[in-house]
Amino acid sequence: MAESHGGAKGPAAGAHTEADGGHHSGGFPPFESSTFASQLVSLAIFFVLLYVIVSKLALPKVGGAIEARQNKIEGDLAEAQKLKDQSEAALKAYEGELASARSRAQAIGNESRDKANAQTDAERKALEAQLAAKLAEAEKTIASTRTAAMSNVRGIAADAAGQIVQQLTGVIPDAASVNAAVDASLKG
Amino acid sequence: MIVPASPVRAGPAGRPRPAGMPGRPRDAAPMKIDPIHQFNIEPLFTLGHIGNHTIAFTNSSLYMLIAVAIISILMLASGSQLVPGRLQSVAEISYEFVASTIRSTAGAEGMKFFPLIFSLFMFICVSNLVGIIPYTFTVSSHLIVTAGLALLVFFTVLIYGVAKNGVKFFKIFVPHGVPGYVLPLVMFIEVLSFFLRPVSHSIRLFANMLAGHIALKVFAGFVAMLGFSLGAIGWVGGVLPLALTIALYALEILVAFLQAYVFAILTCIYLNDAIHPGH
Repeated sequence: MAESHGGAKGPAAGAHTEADGGHHSGGFPPFESSTFASQLVSLAIFFVLLYVIVSKLALPKVGGAIEARQNKIEGDLAEAQKLKDQSEAALKAYEGELASARSRAQAIGNESRDKANAQTDAERKALEAQLAAKLAEAEKTIASTRTAAMSNVRGIAADAAGQIVQQLTGVIPDAASVNAAVDASLKG
Repeated sequence: MIVPASPVRAGPAGRPRPAGMPGRPRDAAPMKIDPIHQFNIEPLFTLGHIGNHTIAFTNSSLYMLIAVAIISILMLASGSQLVPGRLQSVAEISYEFVASTIRSTAGAEGMKFFPLIFSLFMFICVSNLVGIIPYTFTVSSHLIVTAGLALLVFFTVLIYGVAKNGVKFFKIFVPHGVPGYVLPLVMFIEVLSFFLRPVSHSIRLFANMLAGHIALKVFAGFVAMLGFSLGAIGWVGGVLPLALTIALYALEILVAFLQAYVFAILTCIYLNDAIHPGH
């Protein structure tokens, strides 16, 4: 040390020793037994104090902080995993929904097409039936008209035959025989 | 500690000298290096008496108190944020460092002694690091302090080992696979080494701190001595010891931490014997 106390081991040190209550008799300080009791007592006091602070306050606090962080990280990871699982489940559900909706849409399409077809068929059949009825009626009308016309033709034919016979022979023929002749010719 | 050339100084540890304590002579040979002075124990006030012994609050006590205060502030005032700040990171790194040291040397059961080992490690580490600051006092540069800590460890091992394992604890003196005819000799050596543990445990720390501080002081003293005795040439020549001082200072910072770690890890190894005898 740069401090100048070359005479420290001399008389001045002796005076110092007396003032300090026996310390520094000029020897090597770590081996001065007179200081041991003081040092041991203060070491005991402060080390016990430190031990109490460390074991009761410091380590629980710091350890708690570390543990809380660890728990937080693990909790967050678990939460993230849970959310990931949830989103995957949601995606799967969405895909399922999509597939079922698609199949349902197809089913609805088929159904409505079938229904439309059936309806068209039914309408067509109804129309055909209606037309057939009208046709039958028309045919009946034609037949009756023909029958009527045919009966008129017999009358006309009988008249015409009577006139022709009158013209040729000058004799008015008997109506009954004319009719019989016309009928015979018509049948023939 | 290093004390640069300062012919006038307040006290041995940079504090005002307590009243009633005569100052040292300042008129002697100007550049005499006294590397021992830094280890002086200076009583600050008297606490009481035990038998013939005066129990005083000394500079050593003060630095123990400072170490306890620094550790308490570091560990307690650093907050418990989810995302730690700087101080909290230091506190948590210390916690994890000591915890992993215990787990790797003494196993999970060693965590019972976590508070003890943490206290030892932090106390030695902080007081060593404080002690490298110039003008401060180094608590662990006194054999009585390191011996107190080493004996604490020794008796913890002995008492816990016997209480937990009973007679089986003494299997640590009987290594496996030793032929019968050398067993007595091996046992003798084992027992001897067991009882010498507190000696080596304490002297390792004490001697490292003492020697380091003396070496620093001597090299730093050379700078001033050269300068004051040779003038300008001396100051230029002082660059070399100054560089050495700086290098030594860096080394001493490493040693301060390393010796605390060595003390803690040896404590773990000794406790491992108490927890798992016969390994």
